Amino acid sequence: MKITESEVRDVADLANLKLTDAEIARLQKDLDEILTHMDALNEMDTSTVEPMAQVLYQSEETATLRADEIIPPIGNAAALANAPLAGAGYYKVPKVIER
Amino acid sequence: MIPKERGDPQRPMNGIDSLTIEQVQAGLAARQFSARELVESALKFAQAENPKTNAYLHFCPERALAAAERVDRKLAAGENAGALAGVPLAVKDVIVTQGVRTTCGSRLLEHYIPPYDATAVARLEQAGAVLLGKTNCDEFAMGSSNENSAFGPVRNPVALDRVPGGSSGGSAAAVAQGTAVAAIGSDTGGSVRQPASFCGVVGVTPTYGRVSRYGLVAFASSLDHIGPFGRTVRDAALLLETMAGRDECDATSAFAPVPRYTAQLDGEVAGTRIGLPREYFEGLASESGDRIHQAIEMLKKLGCDVRYISLPATKYAVPCYYIIATAEASSNLARYDGVRYTTRANEGTLSGMYRATRGEGFGAECKRRIMLGTYVLSHGYYDAYYLKAQKVRALIAEDFRRAFSEVDAIVAPVSPSPAFKIGEKMDDPLEMYLSDIYTITGDLAGIPCMSVPCGKTSEGLPVGMQILTRHFDETGMFRLADAFEKAGGFTGSN
Repeated sequence: MKITESEVRDVADLANLKLTDAEIARLQKDLDEILTHMDALNEMDTSTVEPMAQVLYQSEETATLRADEIIPPIGNAAALANAPLAGAGYYKVPKVIER
Repeated sequence: MIPKERGDPQRPMNGIDSLTIEQVQAGLAARQFSARELVESALKFAQAENPKTNAYLHFCPERALAAAERVDRKLAAGENAGALAGVPLAVKDVIVTQGVRTTCGSRLLEHYIPPYDATAVARLEQAGAVLLGKTNCDEFAMGSSNENSAFGPVRNPVALDRVPGGSSGGSAAAVAQGTAVAAIGSDTGGSVRQPASFCGVVGVTPTYGRVSRYGLVAFASSLDHIGPFGRTVRDAALLLETMAGRDECDATSAFAPVPRYTAQLDGEVAGTRIGLPREYFEGLASESGDRIHQAIEMLKKLGCDVRYISLPATKYAVPCYYIIATAEASSNLARYDGVRYTTRANEGTLSGMYRATRGEGFGAECKRRIMLGTYVLSHGYYDAYYLKAQKVRALIAEDFRRAFSEVDAIVAPVSPSPAFKIGEKMDDPLEMYLSDIYTITGDLAGIPCMSVPCGKTSEGLPVGMQILTRHFDETGMFRLADAFEKAGGFTGSN
């Protein structure tokens, strides 16, 4: 067993996912199978290998600085247009701090 | 192509389902049809045919007709209307379009209307392309069959009981069905090439960074690419040269100059050194294998120098990919928290709202990948999984670097089998992941790769041949694919 039910619940907690008991059971089975398959990586000796975080390629120019020109932003109204709940120019969420 | 009877917008033009970009340009230049007539006809045809496949999620006729009229005005004024003037285009619904709903195949974004256009879309439209609508896909581009869409699966137009592949299944299906002349999709682990091979069209994953991802909804940022679909190699190359190149809005987009690929498709490929990776031909489903081997014989006849090579890290590509891709996905999908993007579950507390919104909004595959990605990044497992996978990724990239010191191109299958039946693999996520074996290596290494049709099985299912080349050598890839296409006559969906 690579992953227990309580570990699945902990990971769901970290990922901010509310899951049903049926989903937890199914995920435990799936993740167990997938993680077991992933153990194959341990066959490979990587003791002298640098981790690759980004595809590397030869590029002539790497300077990513651009001229400091003002570009108009999309604006408050457009930015909030997809908000489920907005008010006074802000996103609104359930109260976080009790008075 | 036969022009339709003029002035009857109720009847689609004959042959609208098999037009190439070249034919569209020729028809417009010869005044056989106006861009408006073409686009009206294309929209009518696409809307009528779409229920068969569910390839499009929504159409945008107003935007399409306005774009067509711009093309007609330019043509009437004798101006250059662009290399893609009037070309009916489909765009995968993970690529944002200003004012046109972009759902990513997810309930969470069912009502999301982006406030800006992706750079790739803007560049294609500037060249005259006409956006007909947005295409179905696996939710947040996670899947290999298009069955993970919240808005129903796409059916393969070649065989309606089969999947079109995924995750860009709708874009591939639209081009194969004839409801778009060309399309764009995204590829993170094969999501352009695999559906292209399943539907019998050309699909291209360019070099990492070649096309700006500004406006591509992020799945796995070190692996995501935008790539084109076309009926011919030339069409796909034209789309790529139009949208490629540095974009200030995407810091990861490459500065490398973009050649005119289409000016170099002269059919001369004699002497090209081609490597066949042994690891890709072991355990290849027999009929797909037969088609690929026939294709290789054809490449030999064209004068290519074909030899076997070895890419020894191949067998570790699937676990490596599914660690890196899910880790990045778990971070990228954190933004869907009920605060900014249209959908929110009503819960009294902030954390309860986050959890319920995500629990109710994401489909099963997204949850599986978020969970896997969170697990491999979590304390105590980071070194064993994520760091290990990053090291294995370096070895996979090194395999290719070594191979390309001996050969100019690598030829391989795209998928172990042709399109499978809808529902066949849905209960076995690991088996579904394993079917990505031949396509994920190209994404991990960031090299250009594409699928070009190379025939059909006895059941009539398309098979695709994959061509991979060095970083930024899309030119060599297109030249080989184009020469092969002309020699083989496999072009088109019919």
